[in-house]
Amino acid sequence: MRVTRAADNAAFLQGPVAGALRQFMPGAPAFVWVPGLFIAAALALPLAYLILRALGAEGGLWEVIIRWRTLEILGRSALLTVSVTVFSVAISVPLAWLTVRTDLPFKRFWSVVTALPLVIPSYLGAFALIAAFSPRGMVQQLFGGLFGLERLPDVHGFWGAAITLTVLSFPYVLLPVRAAMRNLDPGIEESARVLGHGPRSVFFRITLMQLRPAIIAGSLLVALYTLSDFGAVSLLQYETFTWAIYLQFNSAFDRGIAAGLSLVLVAVAVGFLLTDACTRGRSRYTTKGAGGSKRTPRVQLGGWRWAGLGFCSLLSLLSLGVPLAVLSYWLVRGLAAGERFGAVWDAALNSVYASALAAIVCVAAAVPVALLSVRYPSRFSFLVERFSYIGFALPGVVVALALVYFGANYALPLYQTLAMLVFAYAILFLPPAIGAIRAQLLQIDPKMEEAARGLGLSPPRVFLTVTLPLIKSGVLAGAALVFLITMKELPATLLLGPIGFKTLATSVWSASEAAFFARAALPALLLVLLSSVPMAILVLADGGGDRTLQRVRK
Amino acid sequence: MNIRNEEGMDSSVSQTRISNSRKYLAVFTLLLTIVSVVALACGGDPTPTQSSQPTPTPPPAIDDAQANPGELVIYSGREEDLIGPIVDQFASATGIDVKVNYGSNAALVVTIQEEGQNSPADVYYGSDPGSLGALESRLQVLPDTIMTKVDPKLSSRQDRWVAISGRARTVVYNTQALTEADLPPSILDFTAPEWKGRIGWAPTNGSFQAFVTALRESQGQDAARAWLEGIQANEPRVYPKNTPIVQAAADGEIDIGFVNHYYLFRFLAEEGEEFKARNYYPTGGDVGATILVSGAGILDSSDNEDNAQRFIDFLLSTVSQQYFASQTFEYPLVEGVKTHPELLPLSEIDVPDVDLGSLQDLEGTLKLLRDTGIVP
Repeated sequence: MRVTRAADNAAFLQGPVAGALRQFMPGAPAFVWVPGLFIAAALALPLAYLILRALGAEGGLWEVIIRWRTLEILGRSALLTVSVTVFSVAISVPLAWLTVRTDLPFKRFWSVVTALPLVIPSYLGAFALIAAFSPRGMVQQLFGGLFGLERLPDVHGFWGAAITLTVLSFPYVLLPVRAAMRNLDPGIEESARVLGHGPRSVFFRITLMQLRPAIIAGSLLVALYTLSDFGAVSLLQYETFTWAIYLQFNSAFDRGIAAGLSLVLVAVAVGFLLTDACTRGRSRYTTKGAGGSKRTPRVQLGGWRWAGLGFCSLLSLLSLGVPLAVLSYWLVRGLAAGERFGAVWDAALNSVYASALAAIVCVAAAVPVALLSVRYPSRFSFLVERFSYIGFALPGVVVALALVYFGANYALPLYQTLAMLVFAYAILFLPPAIGAIRAQLLQIDPKMEEAARGLGLSPPRVFLTVTLPLIKSGVLAGAALVFLITMKELPATLLLGPIGFKTLATSVWSASEAAFFARAALPALLLVLLSSVPMAILVLADGGGDRTLQRVRK
Repeated sequence: MNIRNEEGMDSSVSQTRISNSRKYLAVFTLLLTIVSVVALACGGDPTPTQSSQPTPTPPPAIDDAQANPGELVIYSGREEDLIGPIVDQFASATGIDVKVNYGSNAALVVTIQEEGQNSPADVYYGSDPGSLGALESRLQVLPDTIMTKVDPKLSSRQDRWVAISGRARTVVYNTQALTEADLPPSILDFTAPEWKGRIGWAPTNGSFQAFVTALRESQGQDAARAWLEGIQANEPRVYPKNTPIVQAAADGEIDIGFVNHYYLFRFLAEEGEEFKARNYYPTGGDVGATILVSGAGILDSSDNEDNAQRFIDFLLSTVSQQYFASQTFEYPLVEGVKTHPELLPLSEIDVPDVDLGSLQDLEGTLKLLRDTGIVP
């Protein structure tokens, strides 16, 4: 009875237009599909802008797009994207297993440290890695003599770009995989063991299969991040498609051709998104009924713990240690030379404030989208969820310009305000939040929500009292992820923030652009330091997540 | 009894675990809130409503300029670390409320184009002539009092932007591998096979492309193409911009690189005299030592023309020009301000009579670079 009353309450949303719209989302309650609709509209803005500009391009557009060279650069982009994604998965799955399932020493420390490379802007990471590992760079100067090496092998080109982007972006896979691994029902693995599967067979046939949604969600982020990166590939001299788009802006100030090229990039991204959707399939990842034991036995590494420690150390050294060492070196050298440092506290506060707002807004927008796609699958919910990735796949400057256009011409009072900036962050960084929440949602049996509905709770009540507590760790992980990426965001912050709004990322960029390396080092170090605080809290707090789940299951 | 007992224990255990995770969550939320509040309190400056509600101005009286100097919005493609001090000086001397939007040249130019007539910008201050040329149709004609301060060859042909400071194109070289005596007199000679694998360049960079434009204008299209193909045949290393080229030259990764002169001085300031790279100016009116300028213009959508003109006047004042000469190691462009002693005097550098801001030329250069396969 109360269910029908809840439906009546939503009657005001059932005019002819709303009724037609509802057709797209059979069964979805208003508190899910109405925000879903708004979010879809917001996400369509960059695409609308690109089509508008590409149509208005003065001649020469097809000349530039239809060339062998275009195909060649697309091929290079695809090769880099696939490689970085594969490497990231290959690093992240063992790393997640080490930090969740084994008795690896200092597990919490590694959990925090291995997530932090995400906060290092790619142009800075690449610059630091080049400074350290170039043929006559710092490493050669320091240790070359010991081993009699005149020059180190060249870091530029495909391998340099692939390794740099992998060590900077693998946490996109690591974080969801780790969360999923923690939430796995150990009962399934136990049953497999009882049925006679060896540990290897259990891992590959049971555990890995269960982790699939998390691996796929993370891989997609890595792939799209690589596709849209400019900073690292330009410094490491590997020409990609995004580089070609930047060239169009930088050399010809041409928006039309840049928009046309961006649409090609969108097409490639759609290719990745559809591939991903196909591999996703219709598998179920929830368990029915209570499992066996509630605790996953910890794997005793024995002598292997040293190998595990070595793996974690080497990876962290490369992804975090080297950039931090180079930055510290610049800072110390600057201090010794009496360099004057401007105040960075305002920039730090602005960074944290804007990133926190972005995290909250992204999570709030991601929940309805994730709910739509998991609980109310339809053509529309599929489109909205896939659509949300477009902003992430485009170079930041393209999304920023789209919002410059719509903001300055159709929403002038909001233009260059903090609200506008946060809106831009939401369009850019919604996917990591959606991914994290979606993966969590997939592991929750809808039977529980149905039971609550059956007991007479309205859909919003069910969401607040049953669903939300269950996906809490996904929501937190999503928020932390968005926070970290927003901290380093540059193009949108420069163009859309209130005039004079300085963040740590803009301070780093401004100083390093003018070759003031010591001045760039201070905000860069602060950026990493401040970002590690929420990361640490998240990792430490997350321990409780799986137990909550099991308690409710009971 | 037994069962109840078990249940009780179990739930109390989960309870403590949950309260633990709640505690972390609370700490997290608390931290976020504190930071937000502090940020709001300290960084109260950039409140969202401010830009949308201009402060109500009293009806303009003739002598009111002194009492209410008004505001000025600058879009600057030059970094804050370079021009911030000059802007601050201008603001405190005039009392004008100056706001600067820093960004890269291209992004700002395209932004102004997207903003259309709603652009908040009054002044565009760009660090390369190409970006100023691309914006020319949106810039106002500047008065003669401004334009006559600088050699007209360096500024806009339509008087829509004025050159502010100059940089020379130079060759940066590794001091361990080479001495000045080893370097050829002309940049055109680097096509010789002995330079194979030793050159670094940044073909996607605005300054480099302006240099190619100058090359096309002074030596002709065919000579420019031949030079580009000759360098390409020497398998140069490709960098995105000037700074990494200077670093690479010092590291010995390359022996020579084509750059703007002033980045070296930043490195010398950071790394000291033992830095293993120096500039070499191809002598005798060579196109290799072209002068490129930074420049400024006033937007046609500006409603602060007076303040905008005052700012540009200030950039061309002795104070500012002295600052550029001594602090950013650039060439001052107005009479009576001395060039930094370590730089080759402007009089010894050939300034070709080429409009480096011409967009048509820019597109021609980009097409040439594409046709030769140098840029994607």
